[in-house]
Amino acid sequence: MGLYARRRIANGLVMTLSVAATGFGLLWLVLVLWTLLSNGVAAITPALFGQMTPPPGSAGGLLNAIFGSVVMTLVATLIGTPTGILAGTFLAEYSRGSRFGEVVRFINDILLSAPSIIVGLFVYELMVVNMGHFSAWAGAVALAIIVIPVVVRTTEDMLNLVPDTLREAAAALGSPKWKVIVMVSYRAAIQGMVTGVMLAVARVAGETAPLLFTALNNQFWSTNLNAPMANLPVVIFQFAMSPYADWQVLAWGGALLITITVLFLNIGARALASWGTFKQ
Amino acid sequence: MPLASRNSFATDAEAVSRQKVQIRNVDFFYGAFRALKNITMPLHDKRVTAFIGPSGCGKSTLIRVLNRIYELYPGHRATGEVIIAGENILAPRVDLNLLRAKIGMVFQKPTPFPMSIYDNIAFGIRLYERLSRSDLDDRVESALRRAALWDEVKDKLRQSGLSLSGGQQQRLCIARAVAVQPEILLLDEPASALDPLSTQRIEELIAELKADYCIAIVTHNMQQAARSSDYTAFMYLGELIEFDETERIFTHPAQKHTEDYITGRFG
Repeated sequence: MGLYARRRIANGLVMTLSVAATGFGLLWLVLVLWTLLSNGVAAITPALFGQMTPPPGSAGGLLNAIFGSVVMTLVATLIGTPTGILAGTFLAEYSRGSRFGEVVRFINDILLSAPSIIVGLFVYELMVVNMGHFSAWAGAVALAIIVIPVVVRTTEDMLNLVPDTLREAAAALGSPKWKVIVMVSYRAAIQGMVTGVMLAVARVAGETAPLLFTALNNQFWSTNLNAPMANLPVVIFQFAMSPYADWQVLAWGGALLITITVLFLNIGARALASWGTFKQ
Repeated sequence: MPLASRNSFATDAEAVSRQKVQIRNVDFFYGAFRALKNITMPLHDKRVTAFIGPSGCGKSTLIRVLNRIYELYPGHRATGEVIIAGENILAPRVDLNLLRAKIGMVFQKPTPFPMSIYDNIAFGIRLYERLSRSDLDDRVESALRRAALWDEVKDKLRQSGLSLSGGQQQRLCIARAVAVQPEILLLDEPASALDPLSTQRIEELIAELKADYCIAIVTHNMQQAARSSDYTAFMYLGELIEFDETERIFTHPAQKHTEDYITGRFG
């Protein structure tokens, strides 16, 4: 067999394996989405967005859970984004070649892969036990702890992609370091940094374990951050495990809602990023 | 190796008065590696000094000492003295931002900032001056005119600097450097990534800018050094082998080494 023929066969083999693996991965994604859609669409009604979680056997919706999820995700993002961006900035711009930076990066990577239930238990010990009750604050803090390492990592990675010559060019004009970072590095990296925040939001939007130990759940409408608060993941968990058919339908609806939200967050991240930069 | 120069600038009163920068016994270290070895030479005002030599000889390192841009990286340090306007800029107390504001630098690869053409130029001006809108507009325009870019971009000042071609981007960077009205311009292989036509424009530009600045240019292109510089420094393995007027370097170099390099026998 000639060299050329061997290379063609090898190429064909690698390509077939790659395509097959891609197809295998996509298959499950499509199946998940299909199951979700076929079971969840029926639950997407005006009542879902207009009524509270019901007791078994009566009509209701997920309004309180939707509200709770939005509020806690928002608070978590407000805490986690500045912290994450500044810490990522420290790692990429200030800690070069320092041992301390290496340590921080390593710890952040551990935090990034820490099981979320551990985070939930930690915040339970820290806040719920000390406050004496579950609360939305505790839920938001637990989610923020999950947001931070994601944002730190993406911010650092995106800033590392900014070529050093760009920093040199700004510094060579007599620009102080903070201005180089804010005016040049951030601008060059904004696309990836925004995407990182959006992905972090998408990540926590579906987190269940940390909220089980912190915000718990609330059957009623509540805007009090010092009290337990309903949220979609825990409601889905509770309703899907229940023997009641109407609760199960609501759980499917909630699951579909989260999935669509995450999908749109991702699309939004891309759209915003391409609008926000000067790339041709 | 001794510094061989038949044109002893120390005795030439006119040349001394034109010495904008005096580099004295400068050594440079990347960590433990000594990249520059006891460099002593002047840079003359309103003249172009070219630095030639094979890759890794230290010519870029030397001009990066002049605005201390190397300080961005841990482990890089220079010793010796660089005197500009009577002051040793290698002294520890020197305000690096103020120093760099007086020394423009253009790099091998064009480095437009991710902002509009206008803001690319205005960025440096805004760092040290508070100007009214119309004054700022004037400064941006005159900088772009100096860099022979105005006619090409005057109708799209709000567009991204990244939307320009490579040659235009490099002229944008030159405009950005002259916009802050520096006294010295450091050009680190400014044309090596450009096509011949853009290279020619950059060289013409250097010839024009020479009237107002002290210019140091690093180049791998021997013809470029011969064409556009008044003085040439030949460096090899971190040492300054020969420094003299460009004409002499290229016609009667004192060192065999220099002659071999210029005639392409090594390097």
